[in-house]
Amino acid sequence: MESSIKEYEGKLPKKVLNDIRAQAANLPQAKLKKVLELALGEYKKALVCAGESVGLISAESIGEPGTQMTLNTFHFAGVAEMNVTMGLPRIIEILDGMKDINTPMMEIYLKKPYSQGKGIRELALALKETLLGEVASEFSLNLVDMTIDIALDKEKIKDIGMTGTQISTAISKQVKSVTIKDNKEAIAIKMKGKDDSLNDLYKLKEKLKDVHLKGVKGITQVLPVRRGEEYIIITAGSNMNDVLQLDDADVFRTTTNNIFEIEKVLGIEAARQAIINEVYKVIESQGLNVDMRHIMLVADTMCTSGTVKGITRYGVVSEKSSVLARASFETPIKHILNAAMLGEIDELNSVVENVMINQPIPIGTGMPRLVTKIGAGSKK
Amino acid sequence: MAEVYLNGKFVGEVDDSAGYIGKLRDERRKGIMPSSINFYLDKKSGRIEVESSRGRARRPLIIVREGKPLLTDRHIKQLEKNEISWSDLVKEGIIEYLDASEEENALVAFFEQDLTHEHSHLEITPLNMLGYCTALVPYGNFNQSTRLNAGSKNQKQALGIYASNYAVRMDMDVNLLHYAQVPIVETIMHEITEYGKHPAGQNIVVAVMSYKGYNMEDAIIINKGSIDRGFGRSTYYRPSVAEELRYSGGLMDEVSIPDKDVKGYRSEKDYRYLEDDGIIYPESKVAEGDVIIGKTSPPRFLSSMEEYNLASSTRRESSVTMKHGEKGVVDFVMLTENEEGNKLIQVRLRDQRIPEVGDKFTSRHGQKGVVGLIVPEADMPFSASGIKPDLIFSPHGIPSRMTMAHLIELVGGKVGALSGRLINGTTFDAEPEDKLRQELKELGFRENGVETFYNGETGEQFDSQIFVGNMYYLKLKHLVANKLHSRARGPIQLLTRQPTEGRAKEGGLRLGEMEKDTFVAHGASLLLKERFDSDRTIVPVCEGCGTIAIRDEYKEKTYCPICGENTEVSNVEISYAFKLILDEFKSLGLYPQMKLKSKY
Repeated sequence: MESSIKEYEGKLPKKVLNDIRAQAANLPQAKLKKVLELALGEYKKALVCAGESVGLISAESIGEPGTQMTLNTFHFAGVAEMNVTMGLPRIIEILDGMKDINTPMMEIYLKKPYSQGKGIRELALALKETLLGEVASEFSLNLVDMTIDIALDKEKIKDIGMTGTQISTAISKQVKSVTIKDNKEAIAIKMKGKDDSLNDLYKLKEKLKDVHLKGVKGITQVLPVRRGEEYIIITAGSNMNDVLQLDDADVFRTTTNNIFEIEKVLGIEAARQAIINEVYKVIESQGLNVDMRHIMLVADTMCTSGTVKGITRYGVVSEKSSVLARASFETPIKHILNAAMLGEIDELNSVVENVMINQPIPIGTGMPRLVTKIGAGSKK
Repeated sequence: MAEVYLNGKFVGEVDDSAGYIGKLRDERRKGIMPSSINFYLDKKSGRIEVESSRGRARRPLIIVREGKPLLTDRHIKQLEKNEISWSDLVKEGIIEYLDASEEENALVAFFEQDLTHEHSHLEITPLNMLGYCTALVPYGNFNQSTRLNAGSKNQKQALGIYASNYAVRMDMDVNLLHYAQVPIVETIMHEITEYGKHPAGQNIVVAVMSYKGYNMEDAIIINKGSIDRGFGRSTYYRPSVAEELRYSGGLMDEVSIPDKDVKGYRSEKDYRYLEDDGIIYPESKVAEGDVIIGKTSPPRFLSSMEEYNLASSTRRESSVTMKHGEKGVVDFVMLTENEEGNKLIQVRLRDQRIPEVGDKFTSRHGQKGVVGLIVPEADMPFSASGIKPDLIFSPHGIPSRMTMAHLIELVGGKVGALSGRLINGTTFDAEPEDKLRQELKELGFRENGVETFYNGETGEQFDSQIFVGNMYYLKLKHLVANKLHSRARGPIQLLTRQPTEGRAKEGGLRLGEMEKDTFVAHGASLLLKERFDSDRTIVPVCEGCGTIAIRDEYKEKTYCPICGENTEVSNVEISYAFKLILDEFKSLGLYPQMKLKSKY
């Protein structure tokens, strides 16, 4: 039995073969052969024909429903101003491969005690990033001594569970070349060396406001929510790398909506899947119905080079081999002039170029050609 | 202390801002201060803003004191007798104009019976909130506001009698409705604007039912008999203008029948309607290509040689002719001068526009639709009393649009037509529906307006009863005859050799980027190529240098501008637009080459 299945390796995909193996294990040889033959027939029927313009069909299939999408952002009920870019702006964000997305977000899945909801509030708050500027009630410049006096808000410090000394050590770790004097409720900071100008002092003050005290960098808001049977933490702001190193995070399911972070941390295949998931999420949320395979094709084109590239003139389009095709997209003059300088040759292999010069496009009925071999009698 | 601002600039402070603003307003009402000033009191801060600048939208209201309007019956009687005028009321401080900010301090009652001691003003009429055109919609308070907007917009496009002196006017693009009527269901605005002097519609019998699917998606069915009796007939007028321009060197245009040796002479047949002065005679029936005003112009560029030899043979023909697809009758010819003293000829053409499939009609409630079918009168459904509707309107247009006034007008029109009187349908102040129903019942009809109807073709009675009544219908200026357009071959642009654009230029219908995509998606490669063959050209290409070679048909030789005659030249089929872009590259100093190889 195994031998006859082996024959079909390469002809049928692995998953189909495994299914047959599991379900038709006890069939006699002749019947198994027939099953395999039928499966192959069905498989071939489902394959896309050569010359089918899959890319354009994908573009139309995503683009047409895209015209009906609203420009809404979706607001989380409760918790101060947690919203997510949705609809067309989000699609543009993903497909253009934008590095800085409007609303970075994470979904942090948790390990056992926390996933049941125990102590999840405290864990969430511990994740939230706290900066010095948030707990200080006042930053004042002492122009006589050239120091910065930071008055700390007692209650806020209590809330985050830190002491004045801990804060001053945090400052000393992150801001170099300063001397720190800690008098319980206020911290005085003086710059080391040189005659400091007032300007430098101002700059230092701004720098001090961004001193990281606690939590995961980049996580600005946290929201524990129930997702089905378990509890997860949704955050505004994203930092995949640091979050995955937390002991309590379920590293297999925790995700972010920042595709480039996924690419950096988990690799290009994960990024491809992330693109598919994110685009599909938007399309689904708008109540539209687009076949998954169209989105997969788009994600594939964005990822084939090994890094995520947007569908822009700097990304995927710049990769086209044809000058005319690139010029017909955006900034034609730039492309034509560069091509002239390099002496580029356009092989006219793709669709756009052939539409331009009014030749049959190499797709569908334009693919097959009739060739007549002229016999030896007439020539040669 | 409260701040006082005049036109946004700080001018001082007052102690008692509420008392102060009261005094200010009193002085304005007494006429001590101009009535065009407005005062606004910010009740929170006590800040007073005085506005006297131009460009504020203001509206008149009746002043109320202690729950009583200052406008009394005495005033109204005086007004009716023409003893006093509107401006007297403003001067006396009975009516005042408020701007948007002072309105914030006012409490305005809609009706007199609503007045309390808190009210400061009384609305003159609730109709006040509507514009002229919107006030023309009957029973407007029963419609959704968006429909009122649409209704008033539609009325502006309606054909009617736009001016009484139309016969001597030379307006561009004019339509005149032949048998315009005053609506049976009217509003007070019809009276105020003297609508009877410039009516724009007709009262017709409308049945609300579907008809063989020809009135789906807002289409309407029209009775052929009604058209024959004059419904929706109009005339389209369009002037043709020619001017005798003066050029440098004392040369000028000449209006006359062009000589045969003039450059660009048409055929004798085209000039057949022209009289001796070169202008067409009235009531001649003209069609495409006929000359309306014969005119010749001096040659465009004079070489020094020709300047001494001003023979008429060098003049060129510049007559005004009928454009593609146009026809009509010459209605009126006018000769005048323009500001510069040049001779100016205007010829007005007229053409009858009988309603046809595709013409746009509407009621006054934003219920517009195009004619879907014109049914012979014999086939129209008819009521038990033998009434055949002029128009069939689809019931599917009602629920989603919620134009209740459309239905009320139908009943109102029925009552008015049967009892021979006009129905007052003024918004907020109309004859109540109950009364209309009651009257309809007394006239011997079902009070809800439905009637038993019979199929016009088979004579069978319809299962359901049909809602019929009279309505005021408008013909809108979007007529198919002015828009219909098609082309197979035709004019092309000089630069790109692609078809021209637009109906006026007999242009092609563009197969655009997205339409192109659909061919690609179907893999219909060769069909796509054929569709884009409109600017196809065959160019000789030099295989040596890759540039476009030159074909000299006279010498029957082909040669390359670079390589000369001793080179292989092949004919290649490309779009002219691509040849053009290659030329543009060359003009930029780039050297585009075409490297030829066999396709197979």
